[in-house]
Amino acid sequence: MSSYPYLKLDHIDKVFVRGSTETEVLKDITLGIEKGEYVSIIGHSGCGKSTLLNIIAGLLPVTTGGVLLENREVNDPGPDRAVVFQNHSLLPWLTVYGNVRLAVDKVFSGVKSRADRHAWTLHNLDLVQMTHAKDKRPAEISGGMKQRVGLARALAMEPKVLLLDEPFGALDALTRAHLQDSVMAIHGKLNNTVLMITHDVDEAVLLSDRIVMMTNGPSARIGEVLDVPLARPRKRLQVAADATYLKCRQRVLEFLYERHHFVEAA
Amino acid sequence: MNMPVRKTEAVIALPPTAAKILPLPPKRSAWTSRLMARLAAIAAHVVPPIVVLALILAIWEVLCRKAGATLPPPSRVLSETWELIVDPFFDRGGIDKGLYWHMSASLQRVAFGYALASVVGVALGTLVGQSTWAMRGLDPIFQVLRTVPPLAWLPLSLAAFRNGQPSAIFVIFITAIWPVIINTAVGIRNIPQDYRNVAKVLRLNHAEFFFKIMVPAAAPYIFTGLRIGIGLSWLAIVAAEMLIGGVGIGFFIWDAWNSSHISEIILALIYVGLVGFVLDRIVAAAASIVTRGTAAS
Repeated sequence: MSSYPYLKLDHIDKVFVRGSTETEVLKDITLGIEKGEYVSIIGHSGCGKSTLLNIIAGLLPVTTGGVLLENREVNDPGPDRAVVFQNHSLLPWLTVYGNVRLAVDKVFSGVKSRADRHAWTLHNLDLVQMTHAKDKRPAEISGGMKQRVGLARALAMEPKVLLLDEPFGALDALTRAHLQDSVMAIHGKLNNTVLMITHDVDEAVLLSDRIVMMTNGPSARIGEVLDVPLARPRKRLQVAADATYLKCRQRVLEFLYERHHFVEAA
Repeated sequence: MNMPVRKTEAVIALPPTAAKILPLPPKRSAWTSRLMARLAAIAAHVVPPIVVLALILAIWEVLCRKAGATLPPPSRVLSETWELIVDPFFDRGGIDKGLYWHMSASLQRVAFGYALASVVGVALGTLVGQSTWAMRGLDPIFQVLRTVPPLAWLPLSLAAFRNGQPSAIFVIFITAIWPVIINTAVGIRNIPQDYRNVAKVLRLNHAEFFFKIMVPAAAPYIFTGLRIGIGLSWLAIVAAEMLIGGVGIGFFIWDAWNSSHISEIILALIYVGLVGFVLDRIVAAAASIVTRGTAAS
């Protein structure tokens, strides 16, 4: 076994400079994530959790520190860290199939044959149960479906780490629950390494192996890391009454609303 | 269509002689009624312009029938230009040709100038939209140059090319290029950051980014520019041809004026208007095919 974590965030600081004003958004973020682990980052809005995800994705540069994937530094975006964006970010001129196929064609251009790429695209649409709408355009499907396609596109890249940026944030509660179940099922099947940004306590506890709680910005830090020792596969209804679940939920709530309550919201 | 089939049971119960036969409106089949609905919809769009056109022609006829009228009434326009209308293909050498030849000469110049303007305009617009430095450097110059009237370029291009044909094409080019550049640049600048992020995660190279993200994302803007451009091109060609002479609808009009064939001028104007309308429709149709899906994001 390796002595280093699969994905390592090593003393990351992030300072935004606008004109002469400097804003320190993230301060000394250090975290290790193991292969196959599902880790959530939770915090109030504005605490820089999306900034952190963008740094891991390579879409933003770090100020100091670094991101190491399999002990190698990554500082530009790539399909090994596929992102499911909060607002789906599907290309409206491509069909559902076309959106996933674009990613498949790009990532597996020299590796898979045309027929294989076609089959792989369909396979991933099937994984998120979107095969029925493969010829529709994003404007013709619902928000939950768009998010499923976004997930299929990310999964199709066979990323080493799947980055989810509040993927269910814009959905209604029922659709959200449905999609969470899908993500759990896919994670159970493929055992992906997942890093998810969220501000939903129940979502974090239900889905994660570990929950990283961030303090309020500016200069947000990791306040606490909580293990969620619930056996998988987890069933929403059973877990809801489980003592461990309730204890974890309580811990996160305490952190967010007692020790680090959101000042601006008061 | 015999009655008993359609009549209700009540009729069957009565003796046939006592039955009072009500004249029911003949039942139309679904197909016929749909056809009627379609025809009614088409008529609703076609009838109003025909009525207005007829009114305009009637007023024109009345006004220009009077003695001392300077312009011919529509009836005389038709009789005087009948030969030109029925035979657009004659060719007696020089500039004594049918209207088809004049139109096609003008359209060819527009096609060359406009095609050139489209390609160069989209390229320059992309540059200005993508690069902040290119925008800072080029945009002020574009903003000044685009206000120069098309015909003001003609003497300069005649001096440079020393030939009417390339000069006319250049005037079309310089007329059509500004809206293409400006709209393309706006379209490129408005590409959502999300699409750029997707491209980065997928590691699309420059060519892939251009063809798979930029062009489709900016297509609605680009086509707005192209549509304005084709309209301006057609406006400019008539004026430019009046000055350069030779075969072309512009010089045809000028020549008709010099020979006092007012009816021919009117006919040419109608043709210019119709062709301009068709050109605009063609670009609009191309736009709606290419940008389908994009606009409804």
